[in-house]
Amino acid sequence: MSAISQEDVAHLANLARINIPSSELGHYAKQLDAILNAVAEVSSLDTSNVAAMSHPVPMTNVFREDIPGISLTAEQALSGAPAVEDERFRVPRILDEE
Amino acid sequence: MSDLIRKDASELAGLVSSGEVSAVEVAQAHLDRIAAVDGTVHAFLHVDTKGALASAAAVDAKVKAGEKLSVLAGVPLGLKDILATNGLPTTCGSKVLAGWIPPYDATVVTKLREAGIVILGKTNMDEFAMGSSTEHSAFGPTHNPWDLERIPGGSGGGSSACVSAFEAPLAIGTDTGGSIRQPAAVTGSVGVKPTYGGVSRYGLVALASSLDQAGPCARNVLDTALLHSLIAGYDPMDSTSINSPVPDVISAAKRGDIKGMKVGVVKELGGEGYQAGVRSRFEESVALIESLGAEVVEVSCPSFPAALAAYYLILPSEASSNLAKFDGIRFGNRVGDDGTKSVEQVMSETRAAGFGPEVIRRIILGTYALSAGYYDAYYGQAQKVRTLIKQDFDAAFAKVDVLISPTAPTTAFKIGEKLDDPLAMYLNDVATIPVNMAGLPGMSLPIGLAPEDNLPVGLQIIAPAMADDRLYNVGAAIERELLAKWGGPILGLAPELAGA
Repeated sequence: MSAISQEDVAHLANLARINIPSSELGHYAKQLDAILNAVAEVSSLDTSNVAAMSHPVPMTNVFREDIPGISLTAEQALSGAPAVEDERFRVPRILDEE
Repeated sequence: MSDLIRKDASELAGLVSSGEVSAVEVAQAHLDRIAAVDGTVHAFLHVDTKGALASAAAVDAKVKAGEKLSVLAGVPLGLKDILATNGLPTTCGSKVLAGWIPPYDATVVTKLREAGIVILGKTNMDEFAMGSSTEHSAFGPTHNPWDLERIPGGSGGGSSACVSAFEAPLAIGTDTGGSIRQPAAVTGSVGVKPTYGGVSRYGLVALASSLDQAGPCARNVLDTALLHSLIAGYDPMDSTSINSPVPDVISAAKRGDIKGMKVGVVKELGGEGYQAGVRSRFEESVALIESLGAEVVEVSCPSFPAALAAYYLILPSEASSNLAKFDGIRFGNRVGDDGTKSVEQVMSETRAAGFGPEVIRRIILGTYALSAGYYDAYYGQAQKVRTLIKQDFDAAFAKVDVLISPTAPTTAFKIGEKLDDPLAMYLNDVATIPVNMAGLPGMSLPIGLAPEDNLPVGLQIIAPAMADDRLYNVGAAIERELLAKWGGPILGLAPELAGA
């Protein structure tokens, strides 16, 4: 049984905001299915009494002193933006037209 | 071609600081080499001729003024195009960032500049460091100087190729699952992935934040150690940076004495699936290590066979989150913004146009692994396997000082051979991945050519966290014997490149 269908790939691509052409969905589904079958090997080990590890160095709440430093100017921060207006990032519309 | 390009970094630094050769001459010799051979090697995505000559001139001015210089002042370097460089393009090998010029330097870059290292340019890589061959670069593959039809490893194939093609004596790579060590292995160069947290990640474009680590690439152990010592150390700008002294890697590289050490051969990293010539060179290294007075024992790490599977859940999960920022809103390219489309449509078109197939595969895979209903079975289970891998290492290092294995299962394969077969590509990192999962330091050292194809083979050396110096001690001991046996560096055996 395949773990992932073309419809699944289309749904995930939409969640990930990637506009995959429908002609390519089948190819991705096939490759992802093979990968998912391979990574299912993680279930081969008994982990019933094992804690999950998210990071190699156990650290919690790393803070630094709240000291004002040199930071980017607005001009620098906007220097790589695709579109700028009035010293701000200009974005496509975020709400539907009323 | 100037003989300056074949000199070691430490030798070049000595010539520059004594005033025998100017840093500008050294930089120019390497720029000439790049002009002559990079048309065929394609190690560089951007060459910064003006910037390189200016920083070399600044070093020469310091020499004239009698100022104290760093150990590598005036030595040229290739910088992987995943580290932010103020005023220089940083693309991560992706169309989505083509033309982007960061407004700041990564901490590693700041340290290099302060040390008077001459940055020649930015080196090619698999897009966002996803790959083992550099074929996934949006700007075309890099070619292995040993055989131009073959891959130079990846993701840092540009860094390994520029060092082994004598375009630069030093390079910086980054290693998430083997991207410094595997390229070093297949190009006959030296590469080290430092302990996680040993080198700042500030300004390093994140692939998988819990695995990524920048590190040094060079043609010998001492040069690698000198570069390691320059870039390592605590950085308050990286909250995962380790606040303890940098291991004394330089002394270790000069020592090279393994008498009385205990060396473990990892049973699960070798044998079936490893090329015959890789196995035979590895076995010779084991015998060499024993002849130098170290005790070699076999060590079993039973969870390692599941490491690759766990890695290909953890990495895509972290990557799918980290790469969400490439949406064409604040930086990089924006596609399809014709004034009629919504922000979601523009983001989706931007990302589809900007990302290559391997990046898309991994983002989709990560999105899947993190979705409700699958999270525990995939990502959660992979994190538990990660714990088991770390426990295997802990148990092994209770018995031995360092672990060894082949760095990669095969020598360099042909360009195109595995491009559309992701699983075959992933297997290249089977021996290097466990090291990243546990955050440990690892080195790849050239140990000879595989008899069947005359291509370089690498030995992987693994040490406990913050014991990076052990890598250099063991590496130096082996390197000294091999250099005597070969009568010179292994890269002297590589074919002369056309145009040179």
